[in-house]
Amino acid sequence: MKILKVLILVLFAAVLIYAASDLPYRGEPDNLMHAEQSITNTRVMGSYFIQNAYRDARTPNMVTVVLGDYRSIDTFGEQVVIYTAGLIALLVLRKSKRRRKK
Amino acid sequence: MNKPFQTPIVLLGARLLSPYIMVFGWYVIFHGHYSPGGGFQGGALLAASILLMRVAGGRTVAELQIKEFATTPLAVIGVMIYFATGLVAVAMGGYFLDYGMLPIPGMEPDWLRYTGILIIEVGIGLAVMAILVMIYDNMVRGEDYG
Repeated sequence: MKILKVLILVLFAAVLIYAASDLPYRGEPDNLMHAEQSITNTRVMGSYFIQNAYRDARTPNMVTVVLGDYRSIDTFGEQVVIYTAGLIALLVLRKSKRRRKK
Repeated sequence: MNKPFQTPIVLLGARLLSPYIMVFGWYVIFHGHYSPGGGFQGGALLAASILLMRVAGGRTVAELQIKEFATTPLAVIGVMIYFATGLVAVAMGGYFLDYGMLPIPGMEPDWLRYTGILIIEVGIGLAVMAILVMIYDNMVRGEDYG
């Protein structure tokens, strides 16, 4: 049984390494995600962010502009998720007086 | 379990470290425009400085820094800062969270977006700090010696 587990892991690693050999090199300008036009002839979002982030929000940190301005509704959702997690932790961990009597 | 006891050395070290961690947290929030950082990371640092005092000093010392009942309203205020920024933009005729329409006089839309990002980062930082402290307070309730 242990041999089977190891075999599955080795097989999975081999599949992942084979898949990774087909990935594009990091930072190469000819990659598809760095092109201005995608293969369906629409504009790629990433190139728009890189070209216009400083002009739109005067912020040198591009990541902050993407998180806080272009995708601010997503960040708002993240904040609500954290808030909900806190409220649920409060509900689960709070010791109610009723339960302590029993 | 070990019997809890008060140690002045640990308390002194925590009192020395806590303000600097808090200043660094605010630095990470407000410097997020120019360096890695932002609301979530800065809020976690603020929570670290408060939790350090709570772990080292117990309840009586922690009550001096930020009271236990104040954490939940602070979290609500943090979420409301973000949401109100979006709603003000809607009320001024823009889209939801369109900072270019915020009613601050004498600012171009690009500098308004700069300010809007700063406002929401402060809201995120407050909410994250308050929620982390709230979770800790509810976990240790009834088990701390203070």
